[in-house]
Amino acid sequence: MPSKSSSLSGERASWGLKIGAIGAILFLHVPLLLIFLYAFTTEESAYTFPPPGLTFKWVPQALGTPAMQDALLLTLKVAVLATATALVLGTLASAAVYRFDFFGKEAISFMLVLPLALPGIVTGIAMRSAISLMKIPFSFWTIVIGHATFCVVVVYNNVLARFRRTSGSMMEASMDLGANSFQTFWHIVLPNISTALLAGAILAFSLSFDEVIVTTFTAGNQQTLPIWIFSQMLKPRNRPITNVTAMLVVLITALPILYAQRIAAGTADTEGGSK
Amino acid sequence: MGDSAIQFRNVSRHFGEVKAVDDVSLEIRNGEFFSMLGPSGSGKTTCLRMIAGFDRPTSGQIFLYGQDVSHLPPYERSVNTVFQDYALFPHMTVGENIAYGLMIKRVPKDQQKKQVDEMLELVQLGGFADRKPSQLSGGQRQRVALARALVNHPKVLLLDEPLGALDLKLRQQMQVELKSIQQRVGITFIFVTHDQEEALTMSDRIAVFSQGKIEQVGTPAEVYEHPSSTFVAGFVGTSNLVSGEVAGRITGSDARFSIRPEKIHLGSPGQSPDSDMFFADGKVRDVIYLGLYTRYLVELDGGGDLVVVEQNLKTTSMDVMKAKNQKVRLLWKKEHIRYVGG
Amino acid sequence: MLNRISTFFYLRPKLVLALLIIPPLLWFLVVYIGALFTMLINSFFYLDGFTGKVVQEFTLKTYAKLLDPTNIQIFGRTTLMAALVTIACIAIAFPLSYYMARFASPRMKTFLYLAVTLPLWSSYVVRVYSWKLILAQEGIVSWFARIIHLDWFLGWYLSLPVVGGTSLAISATGIFIVFVYIWLPYMILPIQTALERVPKSLIEASGDLGATPSQTFRTIILPLAFPGVVAGSIFTFSLTLGDFIVPQLFGTSSFYIGKAVLTYQGTSGNIPLAAAFTMGPIIIMIIYLLIARKLGAFDAL
Repeated sequence: MPSKSSSLSGERASWGLKIGAIGAILFLHVPLLLIFLYAFTTEESAYTFPPPGLTFKWVPQALGTPAMQDALLLTLKVAVLATATALVLGTLASAAVYRFDFFGKEAISFMLVLPLALPGIVTGIAMRSAISLMKIPFSFWTIVIGHATFCVVVVYNNVLARFRRTSGSMMEASMDLGANSFQTFWHIVLPNISTALLAGAILAFSLSFDEVIVTTFTAGNQQTLPIWIFSQMLKPRNRPITNVTAMLVVLITALPILYAQRIAAGTADTEGGSK
Repeated sequence: MGDSAIQFRNVSRHFGEVKAVDDVSLEIRNGEFFSMLGPSGSGKTTCLRMIAGFDRPTSGQIFLYGQDVSHLPPYERSVNTVFQDYALFPHMTVGENIAYGLMIKRVPKDQQKKQVDEMLELVQLGGFADRKPSQLSGGQRQRVALARALVNHPKVLLLDEPLGALDLKLRQQMQVELKSIQQRVGITFIFVTHDQEEALTMSDRIAVFSQGKIEQVGTPAEVYEHPSSTFVAGFVGTSNLVSGEVAGRITGSDARFSIRPEKIHLGSPGQSPDSDMFFADGKVRDVIYLGLYTRYLVELDGGGDLVVVEQNLKTTSMDVMKAKNQKVRLLWKKEHIRYVGG
Repeated sequence: MLNRISTFFYLRPKLVLALLIIPPLLWFLVVYIGALFTMLINSFFYLDGFTGKVVQEFTLKTYAKLLDPTNIQIFGRTTLMAALVTIACIAIAFPLSYYMARFASPRMKTFLYLAVTLPLWSSYVVRVYSWKLILAQEGIVSWFARIIHLDWFLGWYLSLPVVGGTSLAISATGIFIVFVYIWLPYMILPIQTALERVPKSLIEASGDLGATPSQTFRTIILPLAFPGVVAGSIFTFSLTLGDFIVPQLFGTSSFYIGKAVLTYQGTSGNIPLAAAFTMGPIIIMIIYLLIARKLGAFDAL
């Protein structure tokens, strides 16, 4: 939708409005920047501001902490498996919803979004109740199952939106030209949803990597990285290591997201025929 | 089945209560340019889709050169389609789009290139092979869609309102091009449109659809000059429909008839008709100047009105406007009227 | 050959639908809906104080416990915090959303949009942690207060009951600030969407009919933005109700719903009580959602 650079009828934003807007943006971002700053402070156990000095020494130390490494490894494994499961389930569901009309179709979308829409503790306690009621032991798999469940909707939404943007007659055209359903899927459908799948996967990965509330309830003794950071926050020692870890987590989760948004939106622009 | 390319035998397609296609039987001959004409929802597109294989009849059979294809999927029929929205694959180049059918059939790469280039020449897009669909105009995309279908040498080519998105001049140009390509390539074309002028321009024969049924099948001249029903009379070209008392005064019987506007001559009051002509008196109520011709709306003395169309061979706009509110006598040949049923 | 398999499925669309929808459907029904159901069931069991085991018979004893004064206080405290956080979020989010919707050029809008969503995706735990650094006694806020000679004010404020604490980092005010910070993007986006949907022609018409800009704002823009505000408040309210991380990190010993739930299901193994407690936010949110739907919030999502 085209829009002018200033608002209609020559109205310009008042200074108060601009200050309010800038203030909100700063409020959102300065804390994160401070983390980066603190990751390099020389001081060991307090949060003194301004930092007495800056050093890089905590970075290798943080990367070498066994507990941190274990937590990171666990988090990565969980994220990969949860994302893979979500990709499969989400794509199947979106294909079904896109191509067919059936009883309860709207309920599907609603049900898939519930794990994210309801507060984390609800999902957490629900899973906890189920686990204890059925006397299943806590394990790696209980974590993965919990994560996969709330990741599905992220993939589902992305892929469904992409399906809806592709021309339905393309699949018919492919079959008309002699390709069976499998060939059509491979040559036509897959290339067209590939970026949506990628975007969904990145979002799901990030979601899983960062998740702490549901994980607390489904994890038993294991610690994923966010849980490890959380436990560290309560201890005064090793603060700089926690700071470095925090900085790393931001980089691991935020940067792919930016990328994912760009590819998901970028294909939209070219299809709109902007040239 | 000899010369018959497509045969419909009592084909129906129901969607729940709605009868999109209602007991249609039809034969399309080998090598002809056949149009299916009708308003939206008349069933013509559904019939086309059933020939292509995107839809299956609820009852009845469809034959392609004698073979019952009613339940074959699209990829097993030697029929290709040009879609209304062209359906070009955005992630492939023009060349790859056209070669798609060949690629699926595993035609060797050099053969593919050769045939693609031939097709591009045929649709006058030589050299466009490396472009992407998003870089083409509507008319160009349409030609790529045509090339993509034709390169597979189908027995029958289906075209689903392919010219709808083009502007008038381009559409007229494409109509001529399509017709010439069809004659050159020699295969059967089945063309769906709601534009009766288009159908009249291009077709060897036309089937006029209404509400899931075929009202009439015939050559353009037959359908235009001898419409078999009021629907056809009204849909194909404009027509005047006269019945009842008004008809009685003119022809002597109150049977309903239709008369084409261009067959009526605008004469002066009291002008004596020849023995083979009907006449009716009235007053010109409205004059619409359309450059090539002028349309007159004449209110008859005894009630009702008739539309008359005359070419502006010698008249200018100033001249024709003078006809407004003039009394006139309308005359036409008796043989030009056509009695129609319901 | 593949063609034959493909045709087999092509002629049986219902079979294809079943194959597509059954795996995700089954998963969700069993894993998620089933879990919700067991939670509900659990809330009707009770924990035997002596044996420490959960007795699996139907009873309302656990729900009765919710009516204890301490528990009622927990609910009230959490709900009040949720309400205050919501109001603060609206106040801070509105100028930014307004600017984004009405004054930002397309490029600026994309930039701002990214600027708002980036924090959302940057790890919740880390963002919470950053405030620990900021609010700490030796952290930047204290340093700033000292610089502008307001540290006496800070000290006095912290000595107040309820809102104060040992340091900003351990106080209800601290909890409040962190909540506002964390949920702010969830409020910005729906308001911005709702404001964007106000057709420019309406605003122009209003001006054309003689209204001043502030009148137009009050009578046209604000009411139309309201569904967006309600939509955003659903998030801030619901997320605050259920959170246990922030109260744990920044809170005094007073309990919030999330913390209570965590404690009960953890060390005491009192899952029935935890489940019953969780029903509280669920019911509050259902009521809230119903009201919100009436007010048209779902169109702004």
